Amino acid sequence: MNKIKSLADLKKLQSDVQSKIKLREKGDHSENLVQIKVSMATCGIASGAKETMTYFIEELDHQGIDAVITQTGCMGYCYAEPTIELTMPGQPPVVYGFVTKAKALEIIEKHIKLNEMVDGIIPVTYNSIEN
Amino acid sequence: MEMINLTIDQKPVVVRKGTTVLKAASSIGIDIPTLCYMKLDDMNIENKPGGCRVCVVEVKGRRNLAPACCTEATEGMEISTHTIRVVNARRTVVELILSDHPADCLICAKSGNCELQDMAHHLGIRQIHYQGEQSMYREDTSPAIIREINKCIMCRRCETMCNDVQTVGVLSAVNRGFQAVVAPAFEMNLDHSVCTYCGQCVAVCPTGALTEVDETGAVIRALSDPTKTVIVQTAPAVRAALGEEFGMPAGTLVTGKMVAALRRLGFDHVFDTDFAADLTIMEEGTELLTRLSAYMAGDQNVKLPILTSCCPAWVKFFEHQFPEMKDIPSTARSPQQMFGSIAKTYFADKIGVKRENLVVVSIMPCLAKKYESSRPEFSVNGNPDVDFALTTRELAHLINLGNIDFKSLPNEEFDQPLGESTGAAVIFGTTGGVIEAAVRTAYEIFTGKPLPRIDFEELRGMDGLRKATIDFNGTPINIGIAHGLGNARKLLEDIQAGNSEFHAIEIMSCPGGCIGGGGQPYHHGDAEILKKRQRAIYSEDKNKTLRKSHENPYITKLYDEFLGAPMSEKAHHLLHTKYFDRS
Amino acid sequence: MAEYNMHILVCGGTGCKASQSELIKTNFKTRLNEFGLTDEIQVVLTGCFGFCEKGPIVKILPDNTFYTQVTPEDVSEIVEEHIIKGRKVERLLYKDPETKAAIGDAKGMDFYKKQIRIALRNCGFINPENIEEYIGRDGYAALGTCLSEKTPDEVIQMIKDSGLRGRGGGGFPTGLKWDLTRKSESDQKYVVCNADEGDPGAFMDRSILEGDPHSVLEAMAICGYCIGADKGLVYIRAEYPLAIERLKIAINQAREYGLLGNDILGAGFNFDVEIRYGAGAFVCGEETALIHSMEGKRGEPTVKPPFPAEKGYNGKPTNVNNVETFANIPVIINKGAEWFASIGTANSKGTKVFALAGKINNVGLIEVPMGITLREIIYDIGGGIKDGREFKAVQTGGPSGGCLTKSFLDTPIDYDNLVAAGSMMGSGGMIVLDDTDCMVAIAKFYLEFTLDESCGKCAPCRIGNKRLHEILEKITVGDGKIEDLDRLRMLSTVIKDTSLCGLGQTSPNPVLSTLDHFYDEYLAHVTSHKCVAGQCKALMHYSIDAERCTGCTLCFRNCPVGAISGERRAPHYIDQSLCIKCGVCFEKCKFDAVLIA
Repeated sequence: MNKIKSLADLKKLQSDVQSKIKLREKGDHSENLVQIKVSMATCGIASGAKETMTYFIEELDHQGIDAVITQTGCMGYCYAEPTIELTMPGQPPVVYGFVTKAKALEIIEKHIKLNEMVDGIIPVTYNSIEN
Repeated sequence: MEMINLTIDQKPVVVRKGTTVLKAASSIGIDIPTLCYMKLDDMNIENKPGGCRVCVVEVKGRRNLAPACCTEATEGMEISTHTIRVVNARRTVVELILSDHPADCLICAKSGNCELQDMAHHLGIRQIHYQGEQSMYREDTSPAIIREINKCIMCRRCETMCNDVQTVGVLSAVNRGFQAVVAPAFEMNLDHSVCTYCGQCVAVCPTGALTEVDETGAVIRALSDPTKTVIVQTAPAVRAALGEEFGMPAGTLVTGKMVAALRRLGFDHVFDTDFAADLTIMEEGTELLTRLSAYMAGDQNVKLPILTSCCPAWVKFFEHQFPEMKDIPSTARSPQQMFGSIAKTYFADKIGVKRENLVVVSIMPCLAKKYESSRPEFSVNGNPDVDFALTTRELAHLINLGNIDFKSLPNEEFDQPLGESTGAAVIFGTTGGVIEAAVRTAYEIFTGKPLPRIDFEELRGMDGLRKATIDFNGTPINIGIAHGLGNARKLLEDIQAGNSEFHAIEIMSCPGGCIGGGGQPYHHGDAEILKKRQRAIYSEDKNKTLRKSHENPYITKLYDEFLGAPMSEKAHHLLHTKYFDRS
Repeated sequence: MAEYNMHILVCGGTGCKASQSELIKTNFKTRLNEFGLTDEIQVVLTGCFGFCEKGPIVKILPDNTFYTQVTPEDVSEIVEEHIIKGRKVERLLYKDPETKAAIGDAKGMDFYKKQIRIALRNCGFINPENIEEYIGRDGYAALGTCLSEKTPDEVIQMIKDSGLRGRGGGGFPTGLKWDLTRKSESDQKYVVCNADEGDPGAFMDRSILEGDPHSVLEAMAICGYCIGADKGLVYIRAEYPLAIERLKIAINQAREYGLLGNDILGAGFNFDVEIRYGAGAFVCGEETALIHSMEGKRGEPTVKPPFPAEKGYNGKPTNVNNVETFANIPVIINKGAEWFASIGTANSKGTKVFALAGKINNVGLIEVPMGITLREIIYDIGGGIKDGREFKAVQTGGPSGGCLTKSFLDTPIDYDNLVAAGSMMGSGGMIVLDDTDCMVAIAKFYLEFTLDESCGKCAPCRIGNKRLHEILEKITVGDGKIEDLDRLRMLSTVIKDTSLCGLGQTSPNPVLSTLDHFYDEYLAHVTSHKCVAGQCKALMHYSIDAERCTGCTLCFRNCPVGAISGERRAPHYIDQSLCIKCGVCFEKCKFDAVLIA
């Protein structure tokens, strides 16, 4: 490690390392953030849920959108994997099926950024899994 | 100088900034009682831990009471020294101390001299409301000092003397809370420590927690034994202080009455340690001159300065703390031991008494003398040169036991041949005296000329460290003087570092020299007493016809009849010693 | 590097560590490795979460799941269920003490709802052994700001404006203390961090040093900049090995990053920190005693003035602050004095960390805004009294404090109100007592502590406390007399009035406050020889109800001293002269026939 030689150095290091613990801070005020739960049971993983989740994390970070992305268990829509549950702050959750990378981008661009729902919503007959 | 205005008990008082409330009060005649506090004015010795809390006073606007001894007067302060709150607190604190103190005042060694007893009386305490468990510690007896720690009130005066003044570092507080007590490290016994037995802890102890080993009983037994010839020697500082024990003012010289008292007590011969002091000058002065001449002639094996060796606590101090320097002090024995050695050879032969049947008692201002007389190198076949070393205080007890009205005694003279002395010997009793006596003799021998003046004012005083240069007829001789072992340590460290400019140094362990010895009547923190004793010593010197040791006719006779010459083989055998590494 | 999708925070505080939290962390790593998830999920050993009652704690983020009392064996289930399948492990979730409902999100826990974490901001959040995590949380930004944008006087003014007061006990205004030390002229000055936490039950300083050591180092450097010191010393008790270890790591990392040492952040300011170990003497929390201890002398106080600000360590001006006080400093600089001063009451600003203990459901470490009421702390955060018993009092301020009764439940807690109520803030111990706690015994307990911890220097503390304790002992064994109660009060007053240092001046507080608030209980001990709480054994009286006794002989057979006699199937009888009041008969009797009075 090179020594920090000035306040500017310190600030640079701070912004570099901040992202490492940002995730923890999000947990403290998740209700104000976009929340995405990716269904990650066997069926989901087999259908590429992991890639979808990674894509969401990277793309949202890239676009500078604060979001809490967590995995969750099987939502029961095994036919439509990968499925995600999206909760915009102050709104009821929405479940999307067949979320590929392309779909994910669409969700980000339209639903998350413009608050316009896109195709692929699975009607939900019960309340959110937890929380 | 910034001045501070305050009121104490509604009386306005103006004092210098930095003055304590205690001092400010006493300046207007308000005598706030103190117990742990002690200050020897002008001697740089002060003990103020603020621990006993007896001197508490009320300060307007302050939440709790303040200890007057360590609270500085500040502008506008309003002090009350005897409100009911203060009096109640003061009495309660003393009651608490008494509740953890053995109530054996009647038979306590300190009875009548105990500051706690005085305090209880002063405050009129008639009942102890808070009784309970008392501290229990084992008694610790050493060759000179008894520690009866149940009587310790944690005033910490002994610690101040042992650590700050003497830098010996034996006594410190150990344990916590109710178990806290002053003790040597790991609560070991004193005789396993580096204690020098200087006795300054005993000199300042307000209670009976620290006292001397009492040998009066053994002396009485010897005096009543018809098979024994019992002789006594008295150290110079004793005559300047003994009177205090009988209510005489400090500084009263009682040489003649002391001799009369000793004679009435039954001593067969009443001699003077001063005689041996003159003898010491002959030996030590000769040694100084020999070393000085060799040094000046360029002898690389000779080391200077030469250090005096009269003080046994000082000897033990350097044996523990500076053993690598044990070849620097003079090899001359102390006057007490020279006396014992000559008494049990020369004098015993003279009166035809066997060594075993001659008992030598010394009266000393000192506790370390008890230890010194017990050192094995100062005995022959198990028979010590000095059998018993009593303190000035013990002599006073002995005089009381002898039903002697000390004040009404006539003045009597010492016996001969070991009772004759010069003024040079008398001043051994004060700091600077030994070296002045040595200068008086060394000058005349070195230069072969009579001294132009006898009084060396530049060597006198009470400063802890003093130095002077004496002109030995063109040769400047640098003299150093230290009293208090802390001051001695500084000079020794200079020597160790090779920075010493001195040819000769006098060292005395006790502040003031022997007049302030651990065996003297208690001064209770009054430094004026020490100064008065010092003045008495110098006046005795002034009034003597003979004031140089080499002029003592009995000394000349001793060399002629017995020893030969100073530093002769016989003198070496009987009057010199060696030192041990006790580190 | 790839960022982690999920963080698993495992509490690494002393309490949780003792319950194998390190093994929990290892197990997580092993299991995650087996599933190939080590790149996606980070496992972090953090400082204390404060919820020690239910440790070891595991918190999973970002979904904020709070698992309690996790064992190393539980790890597999958490990984397989929660991590892989996304199903929270219900049985390990915290349950609301009232509703018994499992709470999945830590935000929903009452324990945390009313807390504001400033001093504890990073505890249980970052890895204390990684300076970068601290830097990521604005760490050392305050130091940077001070060094490059503010003069020492400006910083001191900020601290003054914030209203921060010493969190170690006395509550002396921190800014003023810094100012005094700044104004003392000297070639050398020192910053000392007092980490000699000694109140029984208090452990906030330890938790801060274990969970967020850099916050203290940063604050010490800021203090050094302000007062003109280039040397800092942390005086910490050797009984805090984990805190010492974390502190050492932190000091080394800070040096490595150039945040301690010479020319810090290129501002020409030098500052370094050393650790000094204490032997765990309560009195060494007193600043003059602490300084003597650091100098290698006996740890005992000396009369003030001179204050350490004038004559401290090695005779040089020294600023001594407590750990929690320091931990507040960087936040005040970063967020501003006004923000800090907006929290709390008129004369007590910010928050205070309390160690909540005793007869309360949620034992732990909490940080609450000044001005919060006892009721909120005990019932909302603490989850109420254990076993549904009745609240009796809360002891605050440790051995220097006092007991607050029901009537103080709605008093806003701050320095001044606690003193007015006969207690004090102290370092923040808060022990909740219920109706089974005897107030005389409580007073005796605290006095016993002071008795052991007094340095013995001054007579009123050394002997007076001993006598107080003896009187209390007399009362608890039934030998007390009514005049002893007056004596207790009188002696207490004198000890407070005359003792040398804060320890003695406050040691009678537990006695005085219980005398004030529970005089009847004292009276019952000395007049009718009864201990209503049933704690003072010697005052208990066991007897057998002849009506209920079936003569089963169970008590007879179990009595260790043969005090019980009686025929089979006939009522038994206890010989009072033999009874040692051990209570075995009471425990053994199946028919509730043994009565205690």
